[in-house]
Amino acid sequence: MAAYEFIDHRFDVVVVGAGGSGLRAALGAAQGGLKTACITKVFPTRSHTVAAQGGISASLGNMSQDDWRWHMYDTVKGSDWLGDQDAIEYLVRNAPAAVYELEHWGVPFSRTPEGKIYQRAFGGMTRNYGEAPIQRTCAAADRTGHAMLHTMYGQALAHDVDFFIEYFALDLIMDEGRCIGLTAWKLDDGTLHRFQAQTVVLATGGYGRAYFSATSAHTCTGDGNAMVLRAGLPLQDMEFVQFHPTGIYGAGCLITEGARGEGGYLTNSEGERFMERYAPSAKDLASRDVVSRAMTMEIREGRGVGPKKDHIFLHLDHLDPKVLHERLPGISETAKIFAGVDVTKEPIPIVPTVHYNMGGVPTNFFGEVVTKAGDDPDSVVPGLMAVGEAACVSVHGANRLGSNSLIDLVVFGRAVGLRLVEVLKPDARQVELKPEHTESHIERLEHFRNAAGKTPTAQLRAAMQMTMHEDAAVFRTGETLKSGVERLEKVRQDMADIQTFDRGLVWNTDLMETLELDNLLSQAIVTVNGALNREESRGAHAREDFSARNDETWMKHTLAWYDGQTGQVKIDYRPVHAYTMTSDIEYIKPKARVY
Amino acid sequence: MAEFLLPKNSRVGAGKHWPAPADAKTVKTFRIYRWDPEAGGNPRWDTYDVAVDQCGPMVLDALIHIKNTMDPTLAFRRSCREGVCGSCAMNIGGRNTLACTHGWEEVPGKAVQISPLPHQAVVKDLIPDLSIFYAQYASIEPWLHTDTPEPQKEWVQSPEDRGKLDGLYECILCACCSTSCPSYWWNGERYLGPAALLQAYRWLIDSRDEATGERLDNLEDPFKLYRCHTIMNCAQVCPKGLNPAKAIASIKTMMVERVT
Repeated sequence: MAAYEFIDHRFDVVVVGAGGSGLRAALGAAQGGLKTACITKVFPTRSHTVAAQGGISASLGNMSQDDWRWHMYDTVKGSDWLGDQDAIEYLVRNAPAAVYELEHWGVPFSRTPEGKIYQRAFGGMTRNYGEAPIQRTCAAADRTGHAMLHTMYGQALAHDVDFFIEYFALDLIMDEGRCIGLTAWKLDDGTLHRFQAQTVVLATGGYGRAYFSATSAHTCTGDGNAMVLRAGLPLQDMEFVQFHPTGIYGAGCLITEGARGEGGYLTNSEGERFMERYAPSAKDLASRDVVSRAMTMEIREGRGVGPKKDHIFLHLDHLDPKVLHERLPGISETAKIFAGVDVTKEPIPIVPTVHYNMGGVPTNFFGEVVTKAGDDPDSVVPGLMAVGEAACVSVHGANRLGSNSLIDLVVFGRAVGLRLVEVLKPDARQVELKPEHTESHIERLEHFRNAAGKTPTAQLRAAMQMTMHEDAAVFRTGETLKSGVERLEKVRQDMADIQTFDRGLVWNTDLMETLELDNLLSQAIVTVNGALNREESRGAHAREDFSARNDETWMKHTLAWYDGQTGQVKIDYRPVHAYTMTSDIEYIKPKARVY
Repeated sequence: MAEFLLPKNSRVGAGKHWPAPADAKTVKTFRIYRWDPEAGGNPRWDTYDVAVDQCGPMVLDALIHIKNTMDPTLAFRRSCREGVCGSCAMNIGGRNTLACTHGWEEVPGKAVQISPLPHQAVVKDLIPDLSIFYAQYASIEPWLHTDTPEPQKEWVQSPEDRGKLDGLYECILCACCSTSCPSYWWNGERYLGPAALLQAYRWLIDSRDEATGERLDNLEDPFKLYRCHTIMNCAQVCPKGLNPAKAIASIKTMMVERVT
């Protein structure tokens, strides 16, 4: 083995990832006097938060009366009752303050005539416990994520966060069940680094790129989730993968739900507004899982559009061009570039596309990572926190509502900062790092760097992505999922024959993509195994062989552990919290979910 | 002193040729700048005969196709692939733009020539070192400055005042503009360049910001602002259709107006 030397760093807190949640957590920790590092594989403003379009939900009541209880009800119903209601209460009650904080930092929100933050309608957001759609989603045109991320990076510059940019995180350093830091590879000079910390915060986002087609960026490879699996800890609810109804056909680029929020609607090959049949009340503004399933049904029954009848149309051509220009300029441009469509004249060809991972690293609503230890389903893993799409708090349960993810980032990013400041003592003593702590990290890097098999990374990645695309789609059956398990096991075995070509360490993107593939594969495997195991339909997990929700057996979170040596997945469960955070609102009991 | 030739170690030599696969129907040649700091030696032009019938319409699709099927060692940055993250800025057919939103069919000439953003140190292949560019962005203090105690809710901002931020806040920091500016090539360490100045104006013109004077003081310098000579390359190349030159002119106007 070639000699590798580490460059060492010691911080109170190391945040991995510089998207919305990572920046917010890092800011909070730094403002609280903790020595804080933020490590990121891309320059912060290139994180995938930048691509969020439609907005951020909060019951500000700028457009009409609103109430956090209504927001809570919608979120619980959206989650198909798999969300933990204590965490959901924490989210919705802290949402307005989080949005005002962003505004005070300078986010260029669109405005109402009175100069307040403009809010638009979004799927599943209603007034008075499901009565009718409400305008709750705060928007900066259709570039809300971009506006937020750039503003938050500016704030981070104003405070004392030490950024380590274009560092690729390798593995968590674990010491007797405690996380004491992580290793990372600096891309521009090829050096390896050990970051020691009292607490590591994973804000590494989702793993959309496990699929063939996703709205997610190329960099959405769930590196934090995979590090957690390698550390012998479980991921939660990974079978719940959200398909966004409106990804551009072919290119997969996102067209915001805000397009329907502003009055857009879907049609099939007969020109019919078919959502009226599936969701008589909310219609095109039903929640995403419902709309994606309806679209898939239409296509299956031969009413898709286009030569192959394999997609659907999204109409905006009836809207006032002024509204399109003011509220939806970004997607007008995207539709032009990627679909060749002038939205003022023609419909956009769209298809359900992988968009968001409800599952992730299980945490409590302080952001502390939990696992099941013995009978304790809420056993805190010392030294490790998670936030954002990487985490599963769980506020989104089996299906996330649009615009609830941006608010998740900042509310729980802030919560993590507060918890860190409460629990940690600046500059407290840390244990000495030993070579044994990081041997496996180096071995893995070395293995892939010198891999001299016969199958290039891209080929294995394509095999994994097609498997997920075909076998873990909008609708699943025991049969497709069994096939998925087998096909992924084959990919896992074929990884032994992987071939990399670049042997260097400076910006070796061949190696980076290979490490990312290794990360994706472990998550894909726990996803299909979890999906095969869950014999019911709930939220985004739609089993044709078990088409009903089964609260008696399945009102519980899946925990999945993964053994990379054997490919074995071990599954256990945590109860869904059947209680709220305070007595201000009662537990919302499960009922049929109709839009 | 003016230099008319690249330094010896930067002169680009001929590189490898990668033929198209046998089953290619339509072939397009891509001529790509390659340099690996670990291998040493001078940079080179590698040519790839790409089966474009097997890849998507954008230059980024072609680059990914090359990396996946021909040469996995080719290094470039990419992320969102939809023109919002700004990672894949490079010089394509002589023009700075984003690989992900630029179709390879749109590139004039027989071969599609791709090199890193000009006049930045090259880290590897198509990856430039943007650290000075980022430091310049940080130097304009891209956050809201206020002295008035914050309101309980949002700051009130009229739609008209908010409208003044359009055409400014959409910047994705891809650096296409700054690295296309001859004045920035010349004085890249002292002139802030169009991207940073566009953002400087974004905060100057924000009705909520209360540090206009300090912000202008920070720019009152022979180099930081006044090295814009309205060459307008910035507005020509911006992949988001923004006009940094206009913003710079507006800052200059503010400078004049505050002393008169």
